[in-house]
Amino acid sequence: MAASNTTVQAAHEIARKRAAECLLERHRFGWAEALPWLLAVTAFFVFPDRMTFGSQVLVMVMFALSLDLILGYAGIVTLGHAAFFGVGAYTVGLAAARLQWTEPISGLFAAAIAAAIVGFITGWFLLRYRGLTLLMLTLATAIMLQETGNLRSDISGGYDGLPGLTFKPLLGVFDYDLYGHTYYLYALAVLAVVFFFVRRIVYSPFGQALTGIRENVLRMHAIGSPVHWRLVMVYTIAAAIAGVAGALFTQTNAYVTLTVFDFDNSAKVMVMLILGGTGRLYGAFVGATVYMVLEDYFSKLSPTFWQFGIGLVLVLAVLFAPRGLLGLLERAGQYFTEKKRS
Amino acid sequence: MPHFAIVAVSILFDGLAYAMFLFITSVGLSITMGLMGFVNLAHGAFAMAGGYLVVTLTRTLGVGFVPSLVIAALVVGAVSVVFERVLYRRLYKSTDLEQVLLTIGLAFMAIATATFLYGPIPKSVPLPDWLQGDVNLGFRYFPSYRAFLIVLGAALIAVLWYAFERTNIGAKIRAAVDNRRMAESVGINVDRLFTLTFAVGSGLAALGGGLAIQLLGLSPSFAVLYLVLFLIVVAVGGLGSLKGTLLAALVLGVFDTAGKYLLADAGGFFIYAVTVAVLLIKPAGFYGRE
Amino acid sequence: MTAALQVEGLNRAFGALPVTRDVNLTLERGARRALIGPNGAGKTTLVNLITGVLKPHSGRVLLDGHDITGTNQADRARRGLARTFQINQLFRGLTVIENLCMTIGERDGHCNNMWRSAGSRRGVIDEALNHLDSLRLTDDALKLVRELPYGRQRLVEIAIALAQTPRVLLLDEPAAGVPSSESHLILDVVAALDPDIAVLIIEHDMDVVFRFAKEITVLVQGAVFTQGTPSEIMNNEQVRAVYLGQDSHRGGRHG
Repeated sequence: MAASNTTVQAAHEIARKRAAECLLERHRFGWAEALPWLLAVTAFFVFPDRMTFGSQVLVMVMFALSLDLILGYAGIVTLGHAAFFGVGAYTVGLAAARLQWTEPISGLFAAAIAAAIVGFITGWFLLRYRGLTLLMLTLATAIMLQETGNLRSDISGGYDGLPGLTFKPLLGVFDYDLYGHTYYLYALAVLAVVFFFVRRIVYSPFGQALTGIRENVLRMHAIGSPVHWRLVMVYTIAAAIAGVAGALFTQTNAYVTLTVFDFDNSAKVMVMLILGGTGRLYGAFVGATVYMVLEDYFSKLSPTFWQFGIGLVLVLAVLFAPRGLLGLLERAGQYFTEKKRS
Repeated sequence: MPHFAIVAVSILFDGLAYAMFLFITSVGLSITMGLMGFVNLAHGAFAMAGGYLVVTLTRTLGVGFVPSLVIAALVVGAVSVVFERVLYRRLYKSTDLEQVLLTIGLAFMAIATATFLYGPIPKSVPLPDWLQGDVNLGFRYFPSYRAFLIVLGAALIAVLWYAFERTNIGAKIRAAVDNRRMAESVGINVDRLFTLTFAVGSGLAALGGGLAIQLLGLSPSFAVLYLVLFLIVVAVGGLGSLKGTLLAALVLGVFDTAGKYLLADAGGFFIYAVTVAVLLIKPAGFYGRE
Repeated sequence: MTAALQVEGLNRAFGALPVTRDVNLTLERGARRALIGPNGAGKTTLVNLITGVLKPHSGRVLLDGHDITGTNQADRARRGLARTFQINQLFRGLTVIENLCMTIGERDGHCNNMWRSAGSRRGVIDEALNHLDSLRLTDDALKLVRELPYGRQRLVEIAIALAQTPRVLLLDEPAAGVPSSESHLILDVVAALDPDIAVLIIEHDMDVVFRFAKEITVLVQGAVFTQGTPSEIMNNEQVRAVYLGQDSHRGGRHG
């Protein structure tokens, strides 16, 4: 009798320790996390003539990452995320074209702040709603911003945009070069900094609360969580990051038009994220890269074929791979570990 | 007639015609979303398909315009049932996001197919004589086509209203929209009801698409471009409500027309401002259920 | 002495149908009160009114003497009011221990922190594990909630409520849906609750009621029919009449 009691107790102790360790260690960097960064740096050396394209991929990764915070972690579905991308893009564009403010890094900060302000105000009002109502409100907001730009096309350049922007050299030293090398590394560095912050947020208690809101918002209210305030916070942060992505877009393209606010843009980034897998941090990396590469290849072959293909991929993804490519990888991994066990 | 009155009448007339188009195309979406909660973003593609069918029927096969409309509506309605049975049915229990993504994927495929078959340039249809030119309504001449649209719209509204409010099936649909579980427990076969509603709604969308050719022009991007509009009408009107869809179509149709008339460039702004205003005050739309 | 929970003249109707009629209820510290009544009496509605899920048309709710009628659900939870739901409301995609860490994190305001990792809060994890220990859930700590059998999920539901360290606890049919082979787990937990907490339990099973309750409130058609000690209620002819014609079988659904 006594022996079985102590074994039961010992088993308990082990279970306790395992649970504690699992939680305490979760935020530590796994070695696999270095992979995407290694690949990004390798690309620099392997594809030196595709670096302008590479910068666009990095911009989209950042954009998708910002969406992951609200869609993947907090579970909020919107159709107007391009609004913040556009605000950031135009902050830099207008500053350069109308105010002759061409210092790139301060431009990023300005874009982040502008987008955060728009995110905070719209989030405060709109995040009280869900479902179709929220989809329509966010969509309408993005379109209204676009239309406002169109109203004063003398300032914004309308749909023709603001072409031929130039920017001061980075940190006063690194100048824009024709092959886009400087800007690729610049974008990569900014992405790394942004990612560092996003990762911290995701593993923090705040990030935990976000998943709680996603999983069961009724329960969150019942345990005393200030749900609306949390949602507005994450929405503001996501807006700021999308704004930085937009700013980078303008800087790397030296050009911006009102099409950055298009519904198409909001839909595109959502597809990228779903493709990679939501709520997984690296889903944005995988999804954006795969999408951009495929789009680049196929839309050159035939834009119609590309559109059909991406539609088909979406349908198949929803039916067979709802958790994205990373989800498939995960399942494959589980399948193999189970096979090994048996 | 004083100038502003002339403008007002023009706005009302054109706005009404536009509203009829919005209503006919959106009503199916409203009822199906209210009934099954299924977010069908391929609805615009059904409308587009109807339009292109009418183009083929009238131009290639020489069928008259009005018969083409009817045929297109019937064909698309029937085909939509296949989609519902084979594909949509699997997602009724899925999240909104998955439904959105699947149906957007279908819409993209439809657009690509249309581009492949018909090319990206907008198409037109040959109209019968009585639909061309103007008709004299006493104090003014109005474009016949728009008058036709208004009359057709009014007729359809009457038919739908009767079907909805006065028939057995209509009562069942209303009950199921109101409380699906209770309706099922009383023996209403909601699945079959949904298939029927879906077919009728898609057929109406196809009809709307056919009517839109002359009014707005038809190109493959129609499917997504006007989808936003249909969603707005549905959201503002309230899911599952005939009255709501009609009211929303009228309000939005007239406001949009007014905006474009009076403020040209800024005109597009109005319809979205109205949408935001309505949804902030009544998030479920005019006649939606909270 | 101020009561832990006081409900005064609470009224609520759904359209033309009154579902809560002029209800008065008092829970002293350490109370063990059962709320019983036939199906459709409005028991869960009353709990929803008390916790802030619904707003009353008139009446007041006081927690430790403070009027909380105008506050929302989250505010009331932060002031020490916890509840379980008739149907589990858990974070099904998360592990059991994450469910508890989340609750404790929100309770202590940790969840405002965006910088430090959740894992660095050793105290939170320890407390979560203690709660799991007391409910014999430690072995399930790393399992996803949706993978647990329903009875154990119900325990997690109670664990969450307890992890809020409430002053007032409202349990809505805690044993509902739990197979009878496992219901003793729930009942043991309920019996072993901290004597300082004021507890209101909605229950259909009369054995549970008489075993647990020191006082009983009978709710019929939204109004308080009668209140008293278990023996008073048991011997009350009118209460029997109200229940006659009702199947007093276990696991009735609506409250």
